[in-house]
Amino acid sequence: MAEVLDVALRLAVIVIAFLTLPLIVGQTEHKAMAHMQSRLGPMYAGGFHGWAQLIADGVKFVQKEDIIPAAADRRVFALAPAVALVPYLVVMAVIPVGPGLVGADLDAGLFFALAVLGVGVLGSIMAGWSSANKYSVLGGMRSAAQLMAYELPLVLAASSVAMAAGTLSLPGIASAWQWWWLPWQAIGAVVFFVAGLAELRRPPFDMPIADSEIIMGPMTEYTGIRFALFLLSEYVGIVVLSALTTVLFLGGWQGPLLPGPVWTLLKVFALAFVVIWVRVSFPRLRADQLQKLAWVGLVPLALLQLALTGVVKVLLAA
Amino acid sequence: MTEPRTGAAGTERVVAVGAGAKELATEDMILNIGPQHPSTHGVLRLRLTVDGERITAAEPVVGYMHRGAEKLFEVRDYRQIIVLANRHDWLSAFANELGVVLAVERMLGMEVPVRAVWARTLLAELNRVLNHLMFLGSYPLELGAITPVFYAFRERETLQAVMEEISGGRMHYMFNRVGGLKEDLPYGWLGRVTEAVAEVRKRLPDLEELIYGNEIFLARTRGVGVLDRETIMQYGVSGPIARAAGVDLDLRRDEPYLAYGELPVQVVTRTAGDCHARFEVLLDQVKASLDLADACVERLRSLPPGPVNQRLPKVLKVPEGHTYAWTENPLGLNGYYLVSRGEKTPWRLKLRSASYNNVQVLREMLPGHLIADMVAILGSMFFVVGDIDK
Repeated sequence: MAEVLDVALRLAVIVIAFLTLPLIVGQTEHKAMAHMQSRLGPMYAGGFHGWAQLIADGVKFVQKEDIIPAAADRRVFALAPAVALVPYLVVMAVIPVGPGLVGADLDAGLFFALAVLGVGVLGSIMAGWSSANKYSVLGGMRSAAQLMAYELPLVLAASSVAMAAGTLSLPGIASAWQWWWLPWQAIGAVVFFVAGLAELRRPPFDMPIADSEIIMGPMTEYTGIRFALFLLSEYVGIVVLSALTTVLFLGGWQGPLLPGPVWTLLKVFALAFVVIWVRVSFPRLRADQLQKLAWVGLVPLALLQLALTGVVKVLLAA
Repeated sequence: MTEPRTGAAGTERVVAVGAGAKELATEDMILNIGPQHPSTHGVLRLRLTVDGERITAAEPVVGYMHRGAEKLFEVRDYRQIIVLANRHDWLSAFANELGVVLAVERMLGMEVPVRAVWARTLLAELNRVLNHLMFLGSYPLELGAITPVFYAFRERETLQAVMEEISGGRMHYMFNRVGGLKEDLPYGWLGRVTEAVAEVRKRLPDLEELIYGNEIFLARTRGVGVLDRETIMQYGVSGPIARAAGVDLDLRRDEPYLAYGELPVQVVTRTAGDCHARFEVLLDQVKASLDLADACVERLRSLPPGPVNQRLPKVLKVPEGHTYAWTENPLGLNGYYLVSRGEKTPWRLKLRSASYNNVQVLREMLPGHLIADMVAILGSMFFVVGDIDK
């Protein structure tokens, strides 16, 4: 009985985190971006500085008509937002927030997380293909091409940390982390975070969405709640990427004075803020420029990091 | 990427096949950019033939916003024409009015009071800055940088305040009259112009530093959409776009109208002719125009009080004849060919607008580029759809 209760409690916490953290990140984006652009952002919904803006948005999206284009592949079209969103929820289950505080402690947690993360992109490709819209097809193709660019550096950078810690378990990596890993794994951290931004299709790597070029790409034909699910998946994605970076490269819950989970959340939000900041500051790259960045820049850097990790590891063992 | 490589054994093998590879039969796709598309700023339509993401042919389709301005001119008297004329390029309304009144004044042989001439010059330069700031904000937006537009609009708002104070309008100023201006300058207005200009000049580096040297911005604009001198000459491209390719033509210096003959007009040119050069020219023209505005204010301060317009007859008839008045509008050459048969309306008033000629060249520029570059090029052609379709 206690075991069932334990699992139920963990799942409940994950679902709550899944529902609230992205909204907090989204609201932070509204406000931080507004203030960086000398605006106020939402000020009315909910009374205090527009805190309920995203909830109001959600209510609006639910009420809107759900339009499926006549020429669309109906089932794929309807399924795509779920395919985009659910993988992130699943990944959240294996990310530890404190010692022992994890939805499911898998031995190969890192492997699991990266594998599942890749599925999310399928949603975008499915949406692009099934929409029967030329802009969407272009967006879907860009998504697929982008997948080729960032997946390798992402995995290479993550495997460097796994090598350093000698385990694939996410809680294992976080507890093995020591402060001097920060300079040691710095290159890997940057590569992982940049490749992660590309995975999320966030600026400056938002060419599959590119509202001024291909009009939101795969999402062109989506309305109402399905469109909202795509948006939500973007923000859950930010949370997941920030959390993974925290666990792998920033020591997860480790930190002085404050309790572990607080440290995890602080680091996650700091990274999420960087994601937002980057969006405000940078123009968009071109698809082929991302490919170049990935293959000429990120992959060699990730390999360098891998070699560095190996050498230090051998020297330490000797 | 798609080239067959010669392997070690000397056999040919294909390493990778990308989209648009010649080995695969690919089908061209017709992609309609517009008439409703965010990067066309209105209702310009581009009919692209794309091979994957590469554009093989481009055809600008204009006319979605045609309002028959030239025909309407023929049934309006000259005061009413000014209202119409400032509408086609809604970002440079004052400069548009100018062409009409200059043509009419020339036909009438009318001498404009010196205060009006200097005030017109000042307002024309402020209008130029307003126009350019709009594009300095919207161009980065098209490339995915969402912040510069807010900086640009902050500066625009500062200048709009003085324009609004003098004319009462924010877009369509309607401040020109045949023979001068509508009213005299408000008391203390020149001081507020100086303040606004100083403010904009002080804060312009914010915008510049945010985007101008950004690596991604450079990667997206350098060497993209290069326009050469020959093509510019053939298509009659003018304004900042032509100057960015080294075509050193600026009517303010080469054929001075208003008070430009007495001003040190600095003509900004670049030689690269790419998107980045066009953006650079716009940015430097803003600085140059702010300096000109300051010079105008200084002169207006030193001028003795006097009239700013002329008394006109109740029915203004322009003597028979024809004339062509052209001005250096913010976006390029703006010309009015006025033919009068001595009536109170023109017999014909042909309008040569800058954007119309400038977008035609897209047909030459776009093929060979990617769709992403199409947006970079389109944004750097600095056009207003009303100015194309008239």
